[in-house]
Amino acid sequence: MTSLGATGSSASVVFIEIGAVALVLALLARLAGRLGVSTIPFYLLAGLAIGNGGLVPLDVSADFISLVAEIGVLLLLLTLGLAYTTTELRHGLRTGLLPGVTDAVVNFTPGFVAGLLLGWDTTAAVLLGGVCWISSSGIVAKVLSELDRLGNRETPIVLNLLVLEDLAMAVFLPVAAALVTGRDLAATTITVAVALGVVAVILLGAMHLGGRLSLLLQSGSDEALLLAVFGLTLLVGGIAQRLEVSAAIGAFLVGLALSGPVQARAADLVGPLRDLFAAVFFLFFSFQIDPADLLSALAPAAALAVVALAGKVFTGWVVAGRAGVGRAGRWRAGTVLMARGEFSIVIASLGVTLADGNDLRALAAAFVLITAIVGPLAARFVTGSPFRSSVS
Amino acid sequence: MPEVSETLLPGVGVRLEFTTVGGERVAVLNHRTGRREIAVYDRDDPDACTTALHLNAEDARTLAELLGASPVSEAVAEVQQHIEGLAIDWVTVPEGSSFVGSTIAEGAFRTRTGTSIVAVLRGDTTIPAPGPDHRFERDDVVVAVGTSEGLAELRDLLVS
Repeated sequence: MTSLGATGSSASVVFIEIGAVALVLALLARLAGRLGVSTIPFYLLAGLAIGNGGLVPLDVSADFISLVAEIGVLLLLLTLGLAYTTTELRHGLRTGLLPGVTDAVVNFTPGFVAGLLLGWDTTAAVLLGGVCWISSSGIVAKVLSELDRLGNRETPIVLNLLVLEDLAMAVFLPVAAALVTGRDLAATTITVAVALGVVAVILLGAMHLGGRLSLLLQSGSDEALLLAVFGLTLLVGGIAQRLEVSAAIGAFLVGLALSGPVQARAADLVGPLRDLFAAVFFLFFSFQIDPADLLSALAPAAALAVVALAGKVFTGWVVAGRAGVGRAGRWRAGTVLMARGEFSIVIASLGVTLADGNDLRALAAAFVLITAIVGPLAARFVTGSPFRSSVS
Repeated sequence: MPEVSETLLPGVGVRLEFTTVGGERVAVLNHRTGRREIAVYDRDDPDACTTALHLNAEDARTLAELLGASPVSEAVAEVQQHIEGLAIDWVTVPEGSSFVGSTIAEGAFRTRTGTSIVAVLRGDTTIPAPGPDHRFERDDVVVAVGTSEGLAELRDLLVS
């Protein structure tokens, strides 16, 4: 059943179901706002509740929802690309390579090792490494802003680290996508090489033609700009997918290519659209998880979370310390980085076709649920007394 | 004028800070959205800011008015001599520049390049300390202060 084909009574059922789910998500988003935590864990729980074996299983049309969810991923990556100016990216690369490598080694390794310990194949373990590695830039930015920490000395270091993680995603996602297609070693090597080549070509194109493209889009109404950016994102994403580079990366590079006033306008315009589609993506991700799988994944996820949370604290501690930040600031930098979110889910969703895909999905969901809730709480906690008074 | 240090906040904007004569460290956060925050650093924990005043673009203009004319333009000459790494540059807005007809605020030049536009020369007239709603015309000569890197970026932007 597809959305366009659904007519008459079947369409009405779909509308009622989707409408009811959207209203529930709206309530959850308000609740999350009230509690000052990320909406992502709430959306994941809602997906579990309406999935197979959940509290109120819904028989929604999977074709339609999965398409919307895919667009959600593209828009998430597009807005990520739109978030940074080329100056910031260059500055991040120039000053942050060592912190970035520290972050990657310290935080990728636990996930990768955990995957191997669980007896998964290497590809699934690599994906779990990615899930474990990338902090949620959405949650981190929100926490920093809410706690009025944007002025703090450690904040530029934290933000630079997020820039590097996001750039690292531009390499990691296509490599992961190539690994998932899973052929023999030689074929995989070729796929990876092609993927990286395509990324490099698009990136170069984005750097050189980005200015001209932005100028081209600049004049014209908001409506025209929104449609153009949306269309471009899907088009480039689709072509990238065709070339077996992940579609998400195509979208990310479109975001990077836009610059100047167009970049800011596009970010404002796409924001609400992204919220809508991304909510569906998170919902659909956990919709496909059997709650029983999630329950059995809770223990390993909790164990991994303990190591992964400590890993981020260590990363923040080292990176902030290197920049001359004091003890309290080093704690703040570490704890604010703890939360994993959107990109962990994006990475895990790459692996759905793998033999261990279901386990990966359940573990990633449980892992994100834990870290996305504990991270902001920990970040708030270190603002309190014991950590402040420890400053000499 | 004390030394103003500038830090990029990727995805957010720019942070400018200086130490007052009284020894307090003050930061102004320029968000890309035009929002401003004023933060005062903690004396016990110099990495953290204790209070923050949140201003939208209009509040910021009001506050700037109340505090007096832009000290930047007054101090340009002095700054140029005293602060290492800071430069001043003149850029003509050419015909076909994408910023002809758009305002300084729309261009968000300070946020994007870290440079400050301190004056605009139009024909025989000088517009000192143009406001954010100053609208560029063809052949305007823009006088800006910033790092030489930032000024190069500004030049690239304006002639694009």
